[in-house]
Amino acid sequence: MDWINAILQGTLLGGLYALFAAGLSLIFGVMRLVNIAHGDLIVLAAYLGLSVTTALGLHPLLALLVVVPVMGGLGYALQRLVLNRTLGDDILPPLLVTFGLSVILQNALLEVYTADPQKLQAGPLETASLTVGPLAIGVLPLLMFATAVLVIAGLQWMFYRTALGRAFRATSDRQDIAQLMGLNKAHVFGLAMGLSLAVTALAGVFLGIRTAFDPAGGGSRLIFGFEAVIIGGLGNLWGTLAGGIILGVSQNLGAQISPGWQILTGHLVFLLILAIRPRGLFPRIDG
Amino acid sequence: MSPDMSRMTTPPAGLQVSRATPASRLAGIAALILLPVLIAAPWWAGSFGLRLMGEFCLYLALATLWNLLAGYAGLVSVGQQAYVGLGAYAAFGLAMLADVPILWAVPLAGVIGLLLAVPVAALIFRLRGAYFAIGSWVIAEVFRLFAAQTTSLGGGSGISLAPEVVKSIAATRPLREALSYWLALGAVVLVLGAVFLILRSRRGLALTAIRDNELAARSLGIDIWWTKFSVYIVTAGLTALIGALIGLQKLRISPDSAFSSNDWTAFVIFIVVIGGIGTLEGPILGTLLFFLLRETMADLGSYYLIALGIVAIVTMLKAPQGLWGLIRARWGLELFPLSRRVRGPNP
Amino acid sequence: MPDPLLSVSGLSAFYGDFQALYGLSLHVQPGEVVAVIGANGAGKTTLMRAITGLIRQAGEVRFKGRPLARLRADEIAATGIALVPEGRLLFPSLSVEENLIIGGQLGRKGPWDLAAVYALFPVLKERRAFPGTALSGGQQQMVAIGRALMSNPELILMDEISLGLAPIVIRQIYEALPGITGEGMAAVIVEQDIAKAQSVSERLYCLQEGRVSLEGRSADITREAIAAAYFGV
Repeated sequence: MDWINAILQGTLLGGLYALFAAGLSLIFGVMRLVNIAHGDLIVLAAYLGLSVTTALGLHPLLALLVVVPVMGGLGYALQRLVLNRTLGDDILPPLLVTFGLSVILQNALLEVYTADPQKLQAGPLETASLTVGPLAIGVLPLLMFATAVLVIAGLQWMFYRTALGRAFRATSDRQDIAQLMGLNKAHVFGLAMGLSLAVTALAGVFLGIRTAFDPAGGGSRLIFGFEAVIIGGLGNLWGTLAGGIILGVSQNLGAQISPGWQILTGHLVFLLILAIRPRGLFPRIDG
Repeated sequence: MSPDMSRMTTPPAGLQVSRATPASRLAGIAALILLPVLIAAPWWAGSFGLRLMGEFCLYLALATLWNLLAGYAGLVSVGQQAYVGLGAYAAFGLAMLADVPILWAVPLAGVIGLLLAVPVAALIFRLRGAYFAIGSWVIAEVFRLFAAQTTSLGGGSGISLAPEVVKSIAATRPLREALSYWLALGAVVLVLGAVFLILRSRRGLALTAIRDNELAARSLGIDIWWTKFSVYIVTAGLTALIGALIGLQKLRISPDSAFSSNDWTAFVIFIVVIGGIGTLEGPILGTLLFFLLRETMADLGSYYLIALGIVAIVTMLKAPQGLWGLIRARWGLELFPLSRRVRGPNP
Repeated sequence: MPDPLLSVSGLSAFYGDFQALYGLSLHVQPGEVVAVIGANGAGKTTLMRAITGLIRQAGEVRFKGRPLARLRADEIAATGIALVPEGRLLFPSLSVEENLIIGGQLGRKGPWDLAAVYALFPVLKERRAFPGTALSGGQQQMVAIGRALMSNPELILMDEISLGLAPIVIRQIYEALPGITGEGMAAVIVEQDIAKAQSVSERLYCLQEGRVSLEGRSADITREAIAAAYFGV
């Protein structure tokens, strides 16, 4: 029964990892940018959630009404002011600039919020659970999972059914011809980063409700998101959800063996999949 | 520095191909004068100074290695702390668990780093371009977590080098400190020499060709995968060697410090980017600047890292060739004779 | 003579350090069809890319009297210039219909909409849900033309629209041309087939090594003059 429970909890945890991953996947898809500061931005969102909840006395989920637009705006500004200048044929500038950003964010958070672990208080939601037969399913993990499914469905719809998604795909296909259609590349990229960080805001606030966080935790969040993307297959959003689930289940099964093996097992499963299916389990078939 | 070595082909009559420049000859002479002075440091520098200079050497070595990897081979790793930590853990493990003499354990740690890099490269080379960077970070995390599971080396809290092993390095403390410094100095000379020779070799030319135009390089018959692979494993081995020396200098290892992303990757990347990526002189200038700033700003704590990060970003955006690139563009200086110059007969 | 719709004077263009156009000048009147011919490497495609803002340029380009030099490519498109690029360059992840819709996303008013493009090229309506790149070369060329028309431009630039297509398909596409320019839209047609270029255009420019080597009324220019200008003999 412990094992079934571990798989179930791992699946739900996978939803959170898919939220970590979705923003990463989105900007890679649109502009081939790998944002090393992605994990630190997730942690930043959690801290913003903390400030909003303590300052306004709001429930963390209501704080999303503030955190999501703030992060979205930050993403747009970051892209327009800094990251657009790094894009080109050379992969070095975007990597090193986002790496620098990651270090800056980490240390700025350290100065502002100290190294003490923090948590977002969500009241009864944190402990509420549904009993299904012999299993207890937490309402919060369920909510996180449902949010992840909704976010991915929403992104999928946006990508394939809206004018914005069309602009994203066209710009991703051929940047110069997309400009001839009247699309301002800098603006389109700004919107993509804005959307990416809006999703990151959701991920950060859920992270903060679920577990304690500190300024140094960005790296591992980036890595979990990245592993979910690669396991699922580049460019496949539903694959990313599957990747997140595989990662979450692996970690929880590892924890059953020994608590010290939780994270390690996730990494090892990722490396195993990289070894046998380098393009991920569900690679997009390019038309 | 060695005299002109480019005798692969004969230039047309009347033209001379040379790599040496007046500046590089001067730098060579300066290095020859400086080296004995540095070797004699234990007699003229205090305990603190010696330690600082040893650390300087190790940072310069790490920066030079990362520069070879990212600046020349285009392998932007953000996980080289994997090999720093591996080297330190391997040296401690060999000395404390297998009773290998510690001075043998150091080069052996380098060999272990090189060997382990083979399967690692086979795995993470599957990740294209920028995703390679995060893949390298995953490897560092895996190494760190394994180290934390190694209870015989203290598990998550780490371990100090056993007193009898410490004593086996050298009988007295000053001698130990001197030896530790000489090892660091020897290591940086080894690393600078190795990287210099690699870049002057045919393989180095291939690297430059790949960096400039991967497609054209491939059409010229350069095996890109193999070239990058060999640079990766050599870099890993040397980085592990430096890691072992770092462990020896600190006399203590723990998963968090030996595999520290800030200490062994962030600082190193900032050093190279600010100094000048893709030049051999850049990391030297960057390391000098780094230590100068650190010794004056150390009490600013995390503000120091924030400032470094901002400077690195501005450098990347405004002067991607770094400080050395600015100097070179302005005065045409080159201390390491790498480029070839063609000179016609004097009119 | 009325003010030109497009006037290019002293235009130079560069790829890195390589100069591809040398102080080139030409003009297009409202509603006029102008052909640009020249050997490979003469600078025809570069001229198209320079006018639309895709590459760095020096010199003056004015459209409806307004200088374009400081505008980005998307802003130039918004002034009413559309390009049918060489090689068609459809968006592979967009369907045929999406390729057309994105061409019209600037929302400029005019006669061209989905229905009008489908009326011009009925085969595209049947294939509307296909990925753009799953079509035959000729059909892809129709999509590329339709995509440019959807923005209701005042000037359409067509770069080598017959390149790599079968003669019957080329004839089909050129038969559609009067339906486009008949709406009062000016056109610059870059074409390798000199006879074709002469027959569809009112005036003609011949480029050679980045400079204009011949210009004149298409009907008046002799084959000998063109041959001389084309090959620089």
